[in-house]
Amino acid sequence: MGLIQIGRHDKDGTSDIITTTVEKAVNWGRKGSLWPMTFGLACCAIEMIAAVSSRYDMDRYGAGVFRASPRQSDLMIVAGTVCRRMAPVIRKLYDQMPEPKYVIAMGSCATSGNIYDSYSVVQGVDRFVPVDIYVPGCPPTPEALFDGILKLQERIMLKRVFLKQPDQVKPSFKI
Amino acid sequence: MVLQELAGRLQHDFSAALVRTVEWRGELSVTVMRDRLHEIALFLRNDPAMDFDYIVHVSSVDWPDDEERFEVVYELYSIRKRHQIRLKTRVPESDCVVDSLTDIWKGADFMEREVYDMMGIRFRNHPDLRRILLPDDYTEGYPLRKDFPLRGKGWRDTFEFLDETAR
Repeated sequence: MGLIQIGRHDKDGTSDIITTTVEKAVNWGRKGSLWPMTFGLACCAIEMIAAVSSRYDMDRYGAGVFRASPRQSDLMIVAGTVCRRMAPVIRKLYDQMPEPKYVIAMGSCATSGNIYDSYSVVQGVDRFVPVDIYVPGCPPTPEALFDGILKLQERIMLKRVFLKQPDQVKPSFKI
Repeated sequence: MVLQELAGRLQHDFSAALVRTVEWRGELSVTVMRDRLHEIALFLRNDPAMDFDYIVHVSSVDWPDDEERFEVVYELYSIRKRHQIRLKTRVPESDCVVDSLTDIWKGADFMEREVYDMMGIRFRNHPDLRRILLPDDYTEGYPLRKDFPLRGKGWRDTFEFLDETAR
């Protein structure tokens, strides 16, 4: 769980005391209820859908509540090729998400543009939004996406809650 | 009507306007002179034996070495008669204008806009000739032309919506 557990056990073997830091408890709560925003742009979205569906069931990691609104989500999974014309939309939606928020670049296209070295394709979504986790693959399997989500959860556990993050990015509202 | 009859009919009625007629693997392609395109299209639409009531696609080709550089291609189909024809016309770069066929087939509207957007061929009498895929304020030119650099001219790396601090 990432929490420090020191239990004083009674005769039944159940613990009644957990000691931890508030920061860790908050992070534990955050990592266990990631609400992703549906952001399928291309074929990666199909794998993302498969990851949420019953066979793989992303809800096991607490990240299954896909929201269609940025206001209700804290994880943006950019799944697919990012065209330059889509870029301001992605940035706007990112800015609309409440803090704390995380971004996963799913697949080669969102990571680097993949083979689409063309005039209209952005060479990586990290050029205009800060990305936490890159998931490689073309498209990544649901297992690969899960690996990304578990890595993100590990990262969330390391975040400072009551101190300013050193890598915190100032949002822009120029649009 | 079989292809040979179609070609024969066009040859008979518009022999002066036809540049080239090719029949290949059951497909009939007719290259016509640019100033007769609208007239021939109207004939293909209205003649009861032709009856081309459906415009399948409008596309364009860039032949950079040719004197008349561009080629506009119309794919026509008759739903009732079940025959099809490919209508082509050549356009020089210096006078990059073709008559619009939107008054004959409404469906040509968006497809002609796409040709205008990607290849820069203008359509005379088009009701709403704007860019359709690229943004209205796109300034780099026409991406489908052969002399357009594959990676563009910097648009994909310019994010004017970002503050300097956010980058």
